[in-house]
Amino acid sequence: MTVDTTSKAPKSRPSGWHLLLAPVALLFLLPFLQMFLASVSPADELLKFPPPIIPSRIDFSGFVTLFTESDALLWLGNTVLVATSAIVSHLLLCSLAGYGFARLAFRGRTVGIFMILATIMIPTQLLMIPTYLLFSRLRLIDSLGAAIVPWLSSAFGIFLMRQFFLSLPKELEESGLIDGANRWQVFSRIVLPLAKPALATLAIFTLLGSWNDLVWPLIAINNDHAFTLQLGLANFQGTRRTEWSLLMAGNVVATLPLILFFLIAQKQFVATMTLSGLKG
Amino acid sequence: MTTTELSPAATAPSGADQPDRSGRRHDRWRAALTGWLFAGPATLIVLGLSIFPAGWAFVLSLEKWNGFSPPEFVGGKNYSRLITDAEFADAVLHTIIYTAMFVPMSVLAGLFLAVALNRRIRFIGIYRTAIFVPFVASAAATGILSTYLFSPQYGLVNNVLQRLGLPAQGWLEDPAQAMVVIAIMSLWGQAAFTTVIYLAALQDVPGELIEAARVDGAGSWQTFWRVIWPQLRPVTVFVTIWQTIGAIQLFDLVYTTTRGGPLNATRTIVYFLWDKAFRSLDFGYGSAAAYVLFAITLLTTIGVVVYSRRKNMEAF
Repeated sequence: MTVDTTSKAPKSRPSGWHLLLAPVALLFLLPFLQMFLASVSPADELLKFPPPIIPSRIDFSGFVTLFTESDALLWLGNTVLVATSAIVSHLLLCSLAGYGFARLAFRGRTVGIFMILATIMIPTQLLMIPTYLLFSRLRLIDSLGAAIVPWLSSAFGIFLMRQFFLSLPKELEESGLIDGANRWQVFSRIVLPLAKPALATLAIFTLLGSWNDLVWPLIAINNDHAFTLQLGLANFQGTRRTEWSLLMAGNVVATLPLILFFLIAQKQFVATMTLSGLKG
Repeated sequence: MTTTELSPAATAPSGADQPDRSGRRHDRWRAALTGWLFAGPATLIVLGLSIFPAGWAFVLSLEKWNGFSPPEFVGGKNYSRLITDAEFADAVLHTIIYTAMFVPMSVLAGLFLAVALNRRIRFIGIYRTAIFVPFVASAAATGILSTYLFSPQYGLVNNVLQRLGLPAQGWLEDPAQAMVVIAIMSLWGQAAFTTVIYLAALQDVPGELIEAARVDGAGSWQTFWRVIWPQLRPVTVFVTIWQTIGAIQLFDLVYTTTRGGPLNATRTIVYFLWDKAFRSLDFGYGSAAAYVLFAITLLTTIGVVVYSRRKNMEAF
């Protein structure tokens, strides 16, 4: 504890910082609170001014309309599919590459590492147009594949895993090799089980990024059967303006899974945030 | 996996000291094969989706092309057109306005929240969770929340203002206020990032330094500014650069709140780029704007690094 002022005060008195932190925390929670309340409010109550802070009764019609009158369920399925493939592929390919770059001596390794590092400098906006053109040649545009392919691997993931493997003591692997295991066996049986913290970080990074991605699906997918949830939500804003209970129901469906994950694995989320600066 | 058949002797570097040359070459070849079997797929995807498109974007920026008719080479014309394009100048201006609001706000908020959260008091876990959890909100969700909270007719913010006897505002529907709302909502979602970075840095400040200051009779306020703050400077440089790069690339939240409006007041550089490329199908012009954005990002980063070196607050 570095700037702990409480130590000076007698233990029984509550810290004055509560007066500051409690309202700030409430302010940060307020948008989510409004989201949950509005999603279970009767639609007409949200169009009054001033709208009641607490709905007069719980009404799930926003969710009902969302799932019956729109393709939200399909979009949710699409998003789950995109995020799942992204995570599986990311964990597999990035840990393989990270291990290769960290531990194996081979021709082209240094150049490879250098080029991957260089790509981190390139803003994604620079890549949007040519990637769109490339994907339209590959006939990926308007399909779910377009949303999946960019998430199969990432420079961040390769580096994260490489740094992690470099930090492991070499002796473990050497004893494995002496015992007659080959590189693949050493990797899959000795190294990978030790990499769980790094893999968790990478999984969260990929989940947040692929689940929440908007710009790229917006560019690459115009066919509403291949919409992701985020794209569908963004589209609602044009077509379903002021249908607040439906919009908020959509918001809850898109956000609640991540909120729950966050509450379960807050420590890993914080580690991921520190390492990636994802939203920046 | 195809790598299973490789024997350890062939892949381990120690295999290279075999006497005959063909064997050594063979081992090197096998090492390269193993190495690239591990590293190849991910490397191929990452480079294929970055280096190659980045090069193509440069070629495109020298062309006039709508994606259908044959591309026409125009040299630097797209770039010179950008310089004289009033619409682009506006986009740059709006981006600067947003950056000037958002970056100081997010850095200061991060510092302040980190200091406030860096103590062992009751409910501190709840406070941290409350401040961090908005980080998971997507741009689409944040956009919908923004339009709801700041809605002039139904929004909570105007509701509160009126109860306090203050006049209701137009917020996202007012050209002078829309960008402010976007900056506030970005801050809501991203304060967690700067806070987490500062928290980690605060925990790295050596305890002896603080003890020494206390012994010398410094109060908490003095201790913070004289002892702790100097230790946080490199982190401040880092988060400033990071947040600036992010701010210059603002698009998502504009798209999900105002779509560039009202009266084009929130059209940023990336919005301009997206609009030119994917609405007007002017791929060359859009690519030129993307390269200008890249240049601005690089120059800003270099500028901050040089400035911080001069001030002896090295972050890198």
